[in-house]
Amino acid sequence: MPTKYPESTVPAQTGRVLKAPEHFLSQAQIAEVQAGRRDFLRGVFASALAGASATAGVAAAQAAGVSGFKGDPNILELPEHTTGLGSPVAALGYGTPSKWEKNLQRRESPGLTRVSAASVSFCPLQGLFGIITPNGLHFERHHQGWWDIDPSKHRFMINGLVRNPKVYTMDDLMRLPSVSRMHFIECGANTGMEWGNVAVPTVQYTHGMLSCCEFTGVPLSVLLEDCGFDKVKGKYILAEGSDGSSMTRTISMNRALDDCIVAYAMNGEMLRPENGYPLRLVAPGLQGVSWVKWLRRIEVGDQPYGSKDEVLHYIDLMPDGTHRQYTSIQECKSVITTPSGGQTLLDKGFYNVSGLAWSGRGKIKRVDVSFDGGQNWRTAKLETPVLTKCLTRFNISFVWDGSPCVLQSRAIDDTGYVQPKINQLRAVRGTRSIYHNNAIQSWKLAASGEVSNVQVY
Amino acid sequence: MGAFIINVPANVSLFPRRRESNFVEFRKCLQTWIPACAGMTMLVLFLGIVGNALAQSAPQKFPGVGRAATPAEVAKWDIDVRPDLKGLPKGSGSVARGQQVWEAKCESCHGAFGESNEVFTPIVGGTTKADIESGRVANLRRADFPQRTTLMKLAHLSSLWDYINRAMPWNAPKSLSADDVYAVTAYILHLGDILPADFVLSDANMAQVQNRLPNRNGLQKYTPKWDVRGKGDVTNVACMQNCKQEMKITSNLPDHARDAHGNLAEQHRLIGPVRGADTTKPAPTAPLLARAALPAVAVAPTPRGDPPPAVPSGAALARKHNCTACHAQASKLVGPSYAEVAAKYANDANAVSKMMEKIKIGGSGAWGVIPMPPHPTMTDAELKALAEWALRGGK
Repeated sequence: MPTKYPESTVPAQTGRVLKAPEHFLSQAQIAEVQAGRRDFLRGVFASALAGASATAGVAAAQAAGVSGFKGDPNILELPEHTTGLGSPVAALGYGTPSKWEKNLQRRESPGLTRVSAASVSFCPLQGLFGIITPNGLHFERHHQGWWDIDPSKHRFMINGLVRNPKVYTMDDLMRLPSVSRMHFIECGANTGMEWGNVAVPTVQYTHGMLSCCEFTGVPLSVLLEDCGFDKVKGKYILAEGSDGSSMTRTISMNRALDDCIVAYAMNGEMLRPENGYPLRLVAPGLQGVSWVKWLRRIEVGDQPYGSKDEVLHYIDLMPDGTHRQYTSIQECKSVITTPSGGQTLLDKGFYNVSGLAWSGRGKIKRVDVSFDGGQNWRTAKLETPVLTKCLTRFNISFVWDGSPCVLQSRAIDDTGYVQPKINQLRAVRGTRSIYHNNAIQSWKLAASGEVSNVQVY
Repeated sequence: MGAFIINVPANVSLFPRRRESNFVEFRKCLQTWIPACAGMTMLVLFLGIVGNALAQSAPQKFPGVGRAATPAEVAKWDIDVRPDLKGLPKGSGSVARGQQVWEAKCESCHGAFGESNEVFTPIVGGTTKADIESGRVANLRRADFPQRTTLMKLAHLSSLWDYINRAMPWNAPKSLSADDVYAVTAYILHLGDILPADFVLSDANMAQVQNRLPNRNGLQKYTPKWDVRGKGDVTNVACMQNCKQEMKITSNLPDHARDAHGNLAEQHRLIGPVRGADTTKPAPTAPLLARAALPAVAVAPTPRGDPPPAVPSGAALARKHNCTACHAQASKLVGPSYAEVAAKYANDANAVSKMMEKIKIGGSGAWGVIPMPPHPTMTDAELKALAEWALRGGK
């Protein structure tokens, strides 16, 4: 049951214009305002503070008891967009985000990789809403650069232990019965920089190898049936990309038949080139490397394939020096995105604490949030839809009294698995691993309002 | 509807070696009415009730979709080599030949001895003769060992061969012959003191060489995180109250790393409940609104790769400002055509500045009583571009 913050504890001023501090205006400035010089107000508030702090400006004027204050210039002086003619339809044949949103970009983490064609760009989770990732902000991971492939020349082959090895064009695939399903994709190395200690400042870099889309394509099971795969000996499939790396990944036949999709679309449009245009594998619940992009081939076999990225990378180094292999499933995990590391709260008072939870094994059953570093927990509200192997948005009310505290979220999936603490993971896997860190994330909120990345276990 | 769909098992073929749908066959049955079809007819009549379900239960479910792959096509793409060496092509290459290929195509990124850490992580290093005996790399147990090299981790020789064959060299993948892939593989193993300098690696001895890999026993297939019904390896309990006596911060970012990821103010939205921290300055002491002076809001940066803002073309400006609603290329609409405008001002030396002024302030009279709206927001550069375009007759 989601709990609601008691109404009575919400401070009375919530929702009102916030008071500004003393000394915001000098005596001379107040005198100017009192003399009716509204230009001055506009100058101070609009340019020095820019639009984002106009609320504070108005509050300051009110707080200063300015008798000449008539109101917010953003209301009193009609702006150009209210008094002029706007742009026509189709001015942008393919619409783009507002120019005010340019701060939200996919970004590389400095020093993480040395070659940008074999690197990763992180999704700005700190600025996203709901559960769907805009296509242009979907995280990227390429192993040998990305391409924009001519879809009329792309071919998809199924061979190996099948009765009829077949070749499909995109025309063929797009004629077949399709499904559209929402699933998260998370790189196995997400949060990998934090195994030993805190390493990066914001949720973009701690958790940004994570995205979620509605994918459309043909169930892999349909295609395997169409080729007459060997149901006795065919225990594994190999998925192979058509880029230079020709990325190869082994997937169990159980998984392949369960819910894997040979997908050509994301969020209502064709895949973006960076995400595998025109064809990729969608392997729900499995780490992102298995979602082979620019998919050219599926081979059915009776043994795993031991590819480079199953033997040298995406393996878990254990304290005894062995590596665990084929640890593909992304376990239950969650993170608070607002407020999160690198952010600064405006002031004391009410906040909607919001975050994301997901599990590669099924649905999210519950998310608890702690405001005291894990000593006490309250259950957050899960926003619909709550889907299997899909991001789930959670929200919970919080009134910040201005004192330092540590925020955490802890997800539980429908298998009953509880998201672990970092010390529990380290007790089993040590501190030298890179992959599959699904630990509870802690954000420290300082008295200054700044939020920073910390570990407390 | 779904409840009526009858699935004929894929291996029960009603009409073997025929591509026609059941429905076509059914019609043929009716036409010829041979006794052998009678029983089938009853079945098909029953199936006919569910209409389209017929097609789904046919031996070929999606007629016309896809085609058989040719042997040549399969051979060209099916290049993977498994740990049991299935897929390995015939061929051989010496350590000496491998050195030649290495120096020509590999050394620039990976270093002369495969040890370079400049472009990619090192391939060679960290393994010992004792590791070759045991099949376990001792340095993998050491927490203080700085880096895990490829040879320290490599458990299957096939993985190395397959990867070089499919993805190397970096900027020209799949350009090496099979023999050269054997040669480069041999040279790397020689650099790791696994093979002697006079060795020739081939499809015939790959299995023996596999038994010399220093970490051949260091990989464990871990099924709980592979199986659909597996379980995680860590158990946490969802305690709700008084869970931990004392909260202690065990790790945080040092102050000197405050701006290691750039100015975080420029990586956050300009509105909402929070702002990105201005990491060009030391950590503040009070919340944003409580500070005496708010920091200037970060100006949205031009995304990397965006061209600098240019003045749009006259045509684009005409579209943007709805000029085309009243002015056409050649025919008079509400206002004069661009051709008419061009003709009228053809010999006027001050035409551009006059036109800029007219567009800016608007007005009526020159061409009729219907006024042209003013365009006060256009910059001089835009006005000039639009005026010149109009005076060229909208070209």
